[in-house]
Amino acid sequence: MSPSLPRYRSADWDEPVVLELGRPGRRGIYAPQVEDDVAADVDALLPPGVRRTTPPALPELSEFEVQRHYNHLSQMTLGMMGINLFGTCTMKYNPRVNERVVARPELAEVHPQQDPSTLQGILEIVHAFEGILQELSGMDRFVFQPGGGADAAYTHACITRAYHASRGELARRTEVITTIQTHPCSPATAAAAGFDVVTLPLGPDGYPTLESLKAAVSDRTAALMVGNPDDMGVYNPEMKEWVRIVHEAGGLCFYDHANFNGVMSRIRARELGFDACMYMLHKTFAGPKGGGGPAVGAYGCQPELVPFLPRPLVDLHDGVYGLDEGDERSIGRVREYWGNVPVVVKAYSWVRALGAEGIRQAADLSVIANNYMETRLLQIRGVSKSHPHLTQHRLEMTRYSLEQVHADTGIDVHDIQNRMVDFGVDAPWLAHEPWLIPEPITPEAGETWSKEDIDTWIDVLAEVVREAYEDPETVRTAPHNHAIAQVQAGGVDDPERWATTWRAHVRKRASA
Amino acid sequence: MTPKSPTPRPVVSPSSAHPYMANSAPALRQELLDAIGVADAEELFEQIPEDHRLTGGLTLPPALRSEAELERHLRRTLAKNGDAERSLSFLGGGVWQHHVPAICDEIAGRTEFVTSEWGTPASDHGRNQAWFEFASQLGELVDLDFVGLPVYSWGCALGHAVRMTARMTGRSEVLVPANLDRERLAVLRTYCQPPEMRSAILVVPVAVDPATGGLDLDDLDLRLSERTAAVYFENPSSHGAIEARGAEISARARAAGAETIVGVDPLSLGLLAPPPSYGADVVVGSTQPLGIHMNCGGGTGGFIATRDDERYARQYPTLQVSIAPTLTPGEHGFAMALFEQSSYGRREDGNDWTGNSVYLWAVVNAVYMSLMGPEGFRELGELLIQRANHAARRIGAIPGVSIAHPHVFKELVVDVTDTGRTVAEVNAALLERGIFGGAALPDDLPAGEPDLGFAVTDEVREDAPAPTSTPSGSPVAPARQRALYCFTEVHAQEDVDRLVDALTEVLA
Repeated sequence: MSPSLPRYRSADWDEPVVLELGRPGRRGIYAPQVEDDVAADVDALLPPGVRRTTPPALPELSEFEVQRHYNHLSQMTLGMMGINLFGTCTMKYNPRVNERVVARPELAEVHPQQDPSTLQGILEIVHAFEGILQELSGMDRFVFQPGGGADAAYTHACITRAYHASRGELARRTEVITTIQTHPCSPATAAAAGFDVVTLPLGPDGYPTLESLKAAVSDRTAALMVGNPDDMGVYNPEMKEWVRIVHEAGGLCFYDHANFNGVMSRIRARELGFDACMYMLHKTFAGPKGGGGPAVGAYGCQPELVPFLPRPLVDLHDGVYGLDEGDERSIGRVREYWGNVPVVVKAYSWVRALGAEGIRQAADLSVIANNYMETRLLQIRGVSKSHPHLTQHRLEMTRYSLEQVHADTGIDVHDIQNRMVDFGVDAPWLAHEPWLIPEPITPEAGETWSKEDIDTWIDVLAEVVREAYEDPETVRTAPHNHAIAQVQAGGVDDPERWATTWRAHVRKRASA
Repeated sequence: MTPKSPTPRPVVSPSSAHPYMANSAPALRQELLDAIGVADAEELFEQIPEDHRLTGGLTLPPALRSEAELERHLRRTLAKNGDAERSLSFLGGGVWQHHVPAICDEIAGRTEFVTSEWGTPASDHGRNQAWFEFASQLGELVDLDFVGLPVYSWGCALGHAVRMTARMTGRSEVLVPANLDRERLAVLRTYCQPPEMRSAILVVPVAVDPATGGLDLDDLDLRLSERTAAVYFENPSSHGAIEARGAEISARARAAGAETIVGVDPLSLGLLAPPPSYGADVVVGSTQPLGIHMNCGGGTGGFIATRDDERYARQYPTLQVSIAPTLTPGEHGFAMALFEQSSYGRREDGNDWTGNSVYLWAVVNAVYMSLMGPEGFRELGELLIQRANHAARRIGAIPGVSIAHPHVFKELVVDVTDTGRTVAEVNAALLERGIFGGAALPDDLPAGEPDLGFAVTDEVREDAPAPTSTPSGSPVAPARQRALYCFTEVHAQEDVDRLVDALTEVLA
């Protein structure tokens, strides 16, 4: 092993599942004492037969034991404590000051149904951040209720229903068009909203042909839901024409701007003609991932769709902020209340920390870093680039293939992932289904990571590929430096063996 | 409000290092450009046609690069809020003020958990175990052995659960209580689709017995049919009433070939029997009471739990973690189970969709349940029911004020109709006294009429801007002036005394 590579070793606390811990009689926390005037015979307060007779079989632990257990679990989580270039997720620094601010009681202990006069501070921030997104996108209004990017796509599918229903065309407009490289959440949410999905394949230039779009568009078209650039880093230069064609047929156009990081300040949904767009505040705007939320898919749209937005929206009248509930044209709610408000505060804070100049800087650096990575990655044996015939520079990420490594050594990308984490770097994202490129990996460097970090990550990949050729068994049996060995996931789709709870595991283990 | 960029500002070239960006110092940026072999970063954007680009720069508020300046700005802005710590709040409904143990906050702030994303089963082993412990402990609380990772909220959990039962039964109606919380109802209606859609599910309200606050069984019999995919009820109900006839409801549903979905407050389950004991097939609820701050509504989360039976398991739209062996004999780790049936696995052919959710809260929920243990849940449940009943006795003794239901858990309906005052008037007067009164409740939905109307909580708020057109199917002003009050372990007897004194004064 090259001496310059990280000599990582994970914490290994050999921590049992919490249900195996503790002893009967221990307590972790008490409820307050019931005052004498409040005390009553509990059974007399209950209708007959509703009381629980068998206590839940929860662990009984002291307060310290709980604290220690979960701190141990956190220490056995790599998270992004090392170097994490997990593509499509735009891993970036999540400023700690934002965690401190949102933990203040003026936000943490606020109920969304408080009188608006007691919500003026948070409404001001939400309103100001909406103004920022209006400027970044050119859209007219934004709503923050969707709990993630997929939920924002779902919001669009529901607004598409309401828009066409308002024009008496919903019964006819049954199809949503998307592309094979658009994130699975677009087709999935369109289907969950009741639409049929038409998926366009890629053409010779790395994006679907205009002809394939024209062939798909008809008077049944309800909407186009599409991302651009895609996760291979390819930008569709015909997107304005796509939007024109779909509009001409009476469909709406939704821009999944998941890959906004590299084009911030250069591309806006408005200039491309889109009716609506979505940003992920837990990604591009530096809200933390939390392992998968709480998140926000900020959904913005042009004036013609504003009446259909889920409510409430934040309004400013005569210097006072309020909540606008809209009217019966609104789709109502995609989730209770007005969204993951703390994440909106974090996103607002991030933009304020950067300003217009910093936004431009972040976009430039993310694209520079990706192109720098390419200069080194393509020198590694067996690594090739998706669509190698496309010579223009890619944007914030590029998909690569390790097909040659697999063909030469039998080592696949899952093995590569499992071995890379042995060096304390996170494994790369592969690709969403379906895999159009064999043995894919999709790194994304973003603006956070230093050149040294990026170099180390590439060095690790190079080392793992070297091992694949020279010592494949080490790679195939990886990881070796983590709390646990490689997980054998073959049984988790087998009803006799899967166990999503401890009690199911205990039962199945006993009968195995 | 139109986007405002009347005079585009010039594009400002980055000139100095930013603390969030390691390569932002000019010399470091140049080093990367030199390695790529381009003179200007602009060359890297060659894929984007000129006519796609924004001309000019962005007009954004000035940068606050100093953390001190930034935090001061945020702190001062948020200080304009009132909050439930400085004021006395009795708001509940879909977000509740409970005590959050200090260790929950500590773990919620651990950077490893806060910044993680995917990872391999080995590299993020600790987080995956915490997720499994969330599902496992929740399974003990609800007495079920298959639990998915959480979804965005209780309403979203309900929406997915109803769609699961519609797929399972091939039927297209769900029966819900006529007093279902309007936020959850509005979410459910979105999930069930408008009637124009082929796969629409009709949401049909069932009358509520005004005396008990439970479902009206005679009306339930009228609504049940061979079209019913599921009967949904909550225990306690959206109006705080304990449902005493759960077994009779689920027996009727089963006889009609329908599934029974029960929504619960997980904090009730140390005291109240778990829903499967009275026939629930699917249990849903909120995860927010389990150690998550209200966060202005950003604390919501929802769970879905069933028996470990393929009939249900194959319908989950969520991700779930299963325990699994490793290459080391006797060792276990965790892996995503039934991933292939999710939208990640099958795009539009998967079950509904999944994506980012509230997984950090799942870790905190696990911490909370570990701290509580069986005795903690029993003790808290007993405290909450005593506190709510004490408050009901005290408030119900105020002249003209009545409490709607005899058996409550932590929330209760305070009816001030007979005082001649509106809830809005009462709440305005309470607010002057530093008290957030309970939220106004709309009238129950008309039983049996499929809910297609505009139904959100705030339609009854009298200070709300007038709608531009009259919402169809639901009156703007409710017939009765009712508000939902919530009492928890954060309240002491003196807080209830203060509320009662204030109400007495306001209503005098």
